[in-house]
Amino acid sequence: MKSLEELKQIRERMLSQLGPRNESDAKIRVVVGMATCGIASGARPVLLALSDAVQKKGLNDVMVTQTGCIGLCQYEPIVEVLEAGKEKVTYVKMTPEKALEVVDRHLMRGQIVSEYTINQYIK
Amino acid sequence: MTELSLHVLDVVENSIHAGATLIEITICAKVKNDVLMITITDNGCGMTNDVLEHVTDPFFTTRKTRKVGLGIPFFRYAALSCGGHFSITSHPGAGTKVEADFSLSHIDRLPLGDITGTMYTLITCNTQTDFVYIYKIDDRTFTLDTRQVKEILGGIPLNTPEVLAYLKEYLTENKKIVDNGYIL
Ligand SMILES: Nc1ncnc2c1ncn2[C@@H]1O[C@H](COP(=O)(O)OP(=O)(O)OP(=O)(O)O)[C@@H](O)[C@H]1O
Ligand code: FES
Ligand SMILES: [Mg+2]
Repeated sequence: MKSLEELKQIRERMLSQLGPRNESDAKIRVVVGMATCGIASGARPVLLALSDAVQKKGLNDVMVTQTGCIGLCQYEPIVEVLEAGKEKVTYVKMTPEKALEVVDRHLMRGQIVSEYTINQYIK
Repeated sequence: MTELSLHVLDVVENSIHAGATLIEITICAKVKNDVLMITITDNGCGMTNDVLEHVTDPFFTTRKTRKVGLGIPFFRYAALSCGGHFSITSHPGAGTKVEADFSLSHIDRLPLGDITGTMYTLITCNTQTDFVYIYKIDDRTFTLDTRQVKEILGGIPLNTPEVLAYLKEYLTENKKIVDNGYIL
């Protein structure tokens, strides 16, 4: 059985580095809608794929989190990308695969993946 | 919903919206007795009897963005449709407890599914909320209490990449040991 003992080592390691990072350091917030409709249409695997990729690629200024109802049930799962000084980007009908593309193209290279944005659906 | 763990995620979202600071989630299976029990207890705002009476009715919600609330009715249906039981008790200002039990062997019972994914999502997206997670099959059990984790970490946030990776490993490996080859 794994114990929490190892966490102490992680803590020591972190403290000896630059000092603890603050949540408010995040420059980009990636938010997944987690109302009943979102969960039922696959929001959990989308969120897990996003947080995995962000961790693996070491994107320290990105924070992946959840919110309740976004008010657009028929477009769930929905992912919003929020960045200070920029307009919110809303990705709809997401899948883990599409989410990874968003990580590569939008979060890493700053290019909005326009094929997946809500604007494609409500013209 | 295709997994009981998705219902758990959804029902706990209610607790979070109710302002809970502590949420306890217990998954407990007794193979000999053919039973799987899921309990979610929170210390959120609770509900008055009036609200409670309507909460299993799919046409009731206090949300403003949609006319119907589906979370509780869905979960209740998942239990009742396979010979299980469902109950919800609540006290305004004190909190809410949702309990469901299932016959493990019932052919229509949904699989538990990715409960680790559910817990990981909840814990890492709601770092202000504390969770006590108990996963138990027969006499094998493991627990994750985020209050303990935070105490060990001192000021280091839960959603630091190293900590996240560790928590995922902790949940995955301990579940494997408790499962011991059994799939809920
Ligand atoms: N743990 C809780 N604490 C306080 N109130 C609750 C709790 N769970 C449910 N409620 C109340 O019951 C209502 C119905 O809950 P339910 O999950 O069925 O629907 P919803 O959350 O309103 O919408 P949905 O789950 O479909 O996104 C909620 O709007 C809330 O007022
Ligand atoms: S209930 Fe579906 S987006 Fe709000
Ligand atoms: Mg709900």
